Amino acid sequence: MHTEFLMGNEAIALGAVAAGVGLVCGYPGTPSTEVLETVAKHRPEQAWVEWSVNEKTAMEMAAGAACTGVRALVTMKQMGLNVASDPLMCVEYIGVRGGLVVLVADDPGPISSQTEQDTRSFAAFSKVPCFDPSDPQEAYEMIQKAFDLSEKYETPVFLRPTTRVSHAYASIQVRDPEEYRKGPAASFEKDSSRWVIFPRLSNRRHGEIEQRNALLSEVFSAEPANRIDREEGAFASSRRGVITGGISWTYAMEARRFLGPVRLMKVSTPFPFPEKRALEFLSGLEEVLCLEELDPYIERELKYLCGKRGLKIRVLGKETGHVPAAGENTRDSVLSAMAGFLEVSLPGPGELPAPPALPVRPPVLCAGCPHRASFYAVKQAMKGQETLFCGDIGCYTLGNAQPLDMVDTCLCMGAGLGIAQAVSHLEPGRSCFAFVGDSTFFASAVPGVINALYNQASFTLIVLDNSTTAMTGHQPHPGTGRTMMGQSVRPVSIEGVLRGVGLTTVETVDPLNLPLAVETVRRVAVLPGVKAVIFRSPCVALARPKGRVDIDASACVGCRKCIREIGCPALSFDGKAVRVDTAQCTGCGLCRQLCPAGAITGGEIHA
Amino acid sequence: MRKDLILCGVGGQGTVLASRLISSAAMARGLPVHSAETIGMAQRGGSVFSHIRIGEGVYSPMNARGEADLIIGFEPAEAVRMLPFLKPDGRVVVSDRGVVPVTAALSGGDYRPEAMIEYLRDTVPNLTVVEAERALSEVGHPKVLNLILLGAALFDGSLGLSEEDLAGAVERLIPEKLRETNLRALRWAGL
Ligand code: SF4
Ligand code: SF4
Repeated sequence: MHTEFLMGNEAIALGAVAAGVGLVCGYPGTPSTEVLETVAKHRPEQAWVEWSVNEKTAMEMAAGAACTGVRALVTMKQMGLNVASDPLMCVEYIGVRGGLVVLVADDPGPISSQTEQDTRSFAAFSKVPCFDPSDPQEAYEMIQKAFDLSEKYETPVFLRPTTRVSHAYASIQVRDPEEYRKGPAASFEKDSSRWVIFPRLSNRRHGEIEQRNALLSEVFSAEPANRIDREEGAFASSRRGVITGGISWTYAMEARRFLGPVRLMKVSTPFPFPEKRALEFLSGLEEVLCLEELDPYIERELKYLCGKRGLKIRVLGKETGHVPAAGENTRDSVLSAMAGFLEVSLPGPGELPAPPALPVRPPVLCAGCPHRASFYAVKQAMKGQETLFCGDIGCYTLGNAQPLDMVDTCLCMGAGLGIAQAVSHLEPGRSCFAFVGDSTFFASAVPGVINALYNQASFTLIVLDNSTTAMTGHQPHPGTGRTMMGQSVRPVSIEGVLRGVGLTTVETVDPLNLPLAVETVRRVAVLPGVKAVIFRSPCVALARPKGRVDIDASACVGCRKCIREIGCPALSFDGKAVRVDTAQCTGCGLCRQLCPAGAITGGEIHA
Repeated sequence: MRKDLILCGVGGQGTVLASRLISSAAMARGLPVHSAETIGMAQRGGSVFSHIRIGEGVYSPMNARGEADLIIGFEPAEAVRMLPFLKPDGRVVVSDRGVVPVTAALSGGDYRPEAMIEYLRDTVPNLTVVEAERALSEVGHPKVLNLILLGAALFDGSLGLSEEDLAGAVERLIPEKLRETNLRALRWAGL
C-alpha cells in the first residue's frame, strides 16, 4: 500500500486495475470520462482498452468479455446508460462469468447533463446490484468488491458515483502493483443453453434473479459500508435519525460535528436495499430524515419497509417537501435541513453587505473556436429565410449563446437529425439544418442520415469536424486515427460514410474562410433531399495558435461589429476602440473578415 | 494543521494547477488533503473554483459557508462571489485584474472590476490586493498569475505552507523548461 492524491475517477480506475480488469471500454461523458483515460495510462499488459463508438457498443463489448471469464469494466455518464440499456437489460438475464462492472456517473444539479436521472432507480428497474460510493477511497475499494460480487453471483454490478465523488480529489491508500490480482486468460466455452437468450431461459432466469436479489439484500445488510453511527450525548434518547448516501453522507458527517452525534445511517448499496440493516437503524426511531440527491430512492425504500413491517415511523424527505425535490445537496443545505429536523438552532452567518452586481459568466466557445465561424457562416448564408437550426450535444451546444443564437433545439446525442427531418416533412417551406459534431456523428448520427435519405426528408446536415471529442477533454474517435491502445490506424472518413450510404452532395470547407463557407452553405441549402457540408478545422484547444490579430485603435471606428456579430471572448470594448486579449486570441482571423474599417490586421489567412 | 481554502477565477486562468501545487505541497508534509473543483462546460470561460481542505478529520471535499481560512481570487468579481465561504477572520488574496465576460462586452460593458476591489476593501479586514499588470510585467511572462497569487498567499503567511514546500511542488509538477519562470512568479511577492 502507498498514498496517492487521486481524483475519484482515477481511484476507480486504479481499483479496477488492482482487481485484474482485462477489458475496459466506454464512451466519454462528464463526469465519467477520467476513469477510462486513467486505466489507459496504467494499462496492464493483457488488457484491452478502447473508447467505443457509443455506450451500446461498449456494453456489448463488456458482455462479450464477461462470457470469456475476463473481468470487464464499461464506463459512461448517466445519459449513456439510456443508450446502453438494451444490452444491459439482457446481460442481466443471461448473466456473466468474468466480473462485469458498469460504471455510471450521475450528475446531480445537473451540472453538465440533460437530465437528473438516478442510476439507483435504474438499478432497481434492471435488477442489477448497485454500489454508491461517498469518497475516492471508498470508490477505490468498492470497485474491487463489485468485481468479486459480480463474479460470485454471475451478475453485472453498477458502481454509481456522482459528480462530486468522481471529481473529488483525496490523498488515499492504494495497492502496490505487486498486490494486484492477476486476471484469468480468456476462454470462451461454447454453451448455447447459457449464452443464447430465449424466452424459456429468460423465464427461468427471472425467477433466479429475484431469489438472488433477496439473498443479496441479506448479504448487503452485513456489509460494513452500510454503516450506522450511533446516537450519543445530547441525542442519546432522541427518537430521530438521519439516513443518507453518496456525497451527502460526507456533508451529514460534517454537520453531525456541529449539531451533535445523532443516529446516522449511510446506504452504500442502494439496490438490493439492505433491509435488515435499515431495520436496525429504524429500531426505536419515530422520525427519519432522508438526505439524498436525484430520486427519493432511500425515502421510498423506507416507506415500503415501514409498510411491510407495520412500523409507525414518519419518513421525511423530498416527497414530504422537507428537502428540495431537485438539484444538488451542499454542505449548507444538509446542515440546515438537519438543524431544522433536530431543532438545533445554528448561529446565523454574519451578514455581508450586498455586493455590486456580479457579472454573469455563461460558458462560451473558446476564442478562435472554429464552431463560431461555422455557425456564423450558416447564419449569414440563411439571413432572412425561414430556417430551423437543430443543435446537438458537445461544445457546439454553446452556439446557442448570444450573439450567435444558432441552436433552436437540443435533445440528446444525434437527435438533431430526427428533429430536422420531421420538421422538413411537416413544414416543407422551412429550410432545416442539423448540426452534429464529429464524435457525435459516429456515436449516433449515422442511422439518422440513412433514415432521412431513404424516407425522403430534405435538410442540410452540417458536420462540425474539429477532429476530437472536445467537450469531454479531447478523446480520440473513429475519425482521428488514434486508439486508446496507442495504435495509429486508418481513420474512418465522414465523407466516405456519407457518400457510402448514398448522399450525392457532400462538401468539405474550412469554416474560417468566411466567404467560401457562406457561399457553400447558400449553394447547398437550396438543393433538394439530404445533403451535407463538413466544416473541418481543428479544435483550438489542441492546435497550436498561429499568432494573433492586432487592432489599430486609431482606425477602429468603435462600431463593435466584431463583438456584436461573433462574440469572441478575446474581444472587448474600452469605450472608444475594441481591444484584443493577447492571452486568448488565437489569430483565427474571423473578426478581421468582418471589420468594415479594416482596423484588424494579422492572424491567419484562410483562403 | 487544518486549513480550508478556496481558489476561484474564470475558466482558463490556471486555478487547477495552483490547487494541485498546494495539495502536493501539503501531502509532501504528510498531511491528508481533500479537494474538489469545477470540471466540464464551465471551464469554457465560466466561473470556476477549487476547494482544498488540508488536515485530519475531513469528510467532505467541499467547504461550507463561513468556513474557509483563505480565498485566493484570480479575478475580483469571482472573489466577491465566493466571499460567503470566508470565515469572519479569514484572508482574501485577490488579483486586481478583471476578466470582462463577453456578455458584458455585448451589452456595452457594465462590469467594473474596481468596484469589486472597493467592495472587498470595505468588507474584508485581511485583504491582499495583487497588482496583476505590474507583477506580470516584473516577472516577464503573461501567463503566471496563478503562481504570483500563490506566492502572495505564501508570503503573507495565510497559506500555512513554506516556500520550500511550494518550490518542491513546482519541481514535481511543472516541466523543467517552465520551472524557472514559475519559481520567479512564486517568489515575486517576497521581493
Ligand atoms: S482573431 Fe479575432 S475572432 Fe479569432 S480569436 Fe482572435 S479576436 Fe477572436
Ligand atoms: S474546446 Fe475546442 S471545440 Fe470546444 S469551444 Fe474550445 S475550441 Fe471550440
